[in-house]
Amino acid sequence: MNIMDIITDPNTRWILLGTMFLGLSSGVIGSFAYLRKQSLLGDTLAHAALPGICVAFMLTGVKSTSYFLVGAALAGLVAVFLISVLTRYSKIKQDAALGIVLSSFFGFGIVMLTQIQQSEYGNQSGLDTFLFGQTASMVMSDVYMMMTVSFILIFTCTVFFKEFKLLSFDPGFAKGMGLPVVFLDYFIMMLIVAAVVIGIQAVGVVLMASLLITPAVSARYWTERLHIMVILSGIFGMLSGVSGTLISTSVNDLPTGPLIVLSATVWFFFSMLFAPKRGVLSSVWRRVSTKKKYSLEQDRRKGSHSS
Amino acid sequence: MNQAALKVENLTIAYHKKPVVEDVSFEVPEGNLIGIIGPNGAGKSTLIKGILELIPKISGQITIKGSTYKTMRKSIGYVPQRESVDWDFPTNALDVVMMGRYGHLGWLRRPGKSERQKGMECLEKVGMAEYANRQISQLSGGQQQRIFLARALAQEADIYFMDEPFVGVDAATEKAIIQLLMELKEKGKTVLVVHHDLSTVKEYFDWTMLLNKKVMKIGPTEEVFIPEYLQATYGGRLAILSDTKSGLLLK
Repeated sequence: MNIMDIITDPNTRWILLGTMFLGLSSGVIGSFAYLRKQSLLGDTLAHAALPGICVAFMLTGVKSTSYFLVGAALAGLVAVFLISVLTRYSKIKQDAALGIVLSSFFGFGIVMLTQIQQSEYGNQSGLDTFLFGQTASMVMSDVYMMMTVSFILIFTCTVFFKEFKLLSFDPGFAKGMGLPVVFLDYFIMMLIVAAVVIGIQAVGVVLMASLLITPAVSARYWTERLHIMVILSGIFGMLSGVSGTLISTSVNDLPTGPLIVLSATVWFFFSMLFAPKRGVLSSVWRRVSTKKKYSLEQDRRKGSHSS
Repeated sequence: MNQAALKVENLTIAYHKKPVVEDVSFEVPEGNLIGIIGPNGAGKSTLIKGILELIPKISGQITIKGSTYKTMRKSIGYVPQRESVDWDFPTNALDVVMMGRYGHLGWLRRPGKSERQKGMECLEKVGMAEYANRQISQLSGGQQQRIFLARALAQEADIYFMDEPFVGVDAATEKAIIQLLMELKEKGKTVLVVHHDLSTVKEYFDWTMLLNKKVMKIGPTEEVFIPEYLQATYGGRLAILSDTKSGLLLK
């Protein structure tokens, strides 16, 4: 298919819209997760969503994004609770606790997923696509859900921008000021869960974390202002969603989710290399030019001494 | 009688099982510069964090000018340790100072012109006005400390808590900071400072608190800062040279 065919195809247009909003919202909330050094937490929440979704499906018997959202949010809460219990009451550090919770929840999810596949649930087909995502299984209501969630997410991040900023930079000061830091912590986590859930169908639980982390890391290269970083991260996420979808539909129906993630990675490499100031090339160039300047000056000094 | 600026009763804080701060009670009069002194692990920072409710306490009552801590929150300023934050955060100096106004702004309202103005005023007070638009990771340690101080000034508080504001700053910055603290005191503010350098205690603080898990002694510096009490606080680990000008040296 060529580009025109893709864009005029109504089905693809919906998918494009969906992945665009997905990239946008995960980019925006991912910025805060990244700055709060909670990138791994995003990964854990994504993996923990799987058993939550399976339980939601087993209880309701329907594939509904809103039920899945509830299931994933509850599973996320349990995961976060376990992580805080593990770090508080044992000598286990946070990274290890995240790893334990992530893998055990995911393992549990896979077991349940297999169980569902083998039993009589009627319309269970397609649940396994949640591992790596499958945009072809997206329907119009999914896209509406993606749009709604991303509007809520972006609206919330705009309204509470000042609080989120302070919380990300200096939680101790925020607490001293009387901000409900624990509540806001959970609130941000729930926003991450929301982004994860709308991303599950398109990208899958395994790769979802990269959509939270990579656009934020790329955006950080280009700016020293938080609001610009958040906007840029949203744009990088959006571009990744769009380019991944376009490539996957135009080239032999390659899997969309992994391609979206790979697009995000391309943007990351581009940013890392070419960003002014923080980028690799610019810092190499700066070092070389400083060196040159210094040795030139040295030479001049020597020259003036000998003459 | 003058109401105490800060009254702490039976404050106990424990991290795991062992209490770090145990059954601490003291009162601080208004308009004083108070140094909190004690050996490493004495619970100096913990005490401050406990009073500010940044960490949970096991027991204790905090009263600020006769009211509970919660109702007086807006009249409290805080300067955390500089290392407590990641300075490679996408923001500039003025922005950080303006964070001091967030408590007064409340939810939903965004910082605007008057906050910018206030922020600039506070930057000027710490001599950092020309760095307003500088990204914060490009500031030196001393400059970062001044930014934190300016942020606390922007809080327009009556009582300030400062956690080791002199650590890792050069002599010029230290002098600038202490001058500012003196000015705050002149204006009737109360400033509590966690401090490490025993040689400057007499010069800086009108009141001194000697802390080692418990309050060993608190009162006017000339009454409290004497070898006998210091030895008791530091467990006899101090080498005191009485012939030096400041009268004390820490070994």
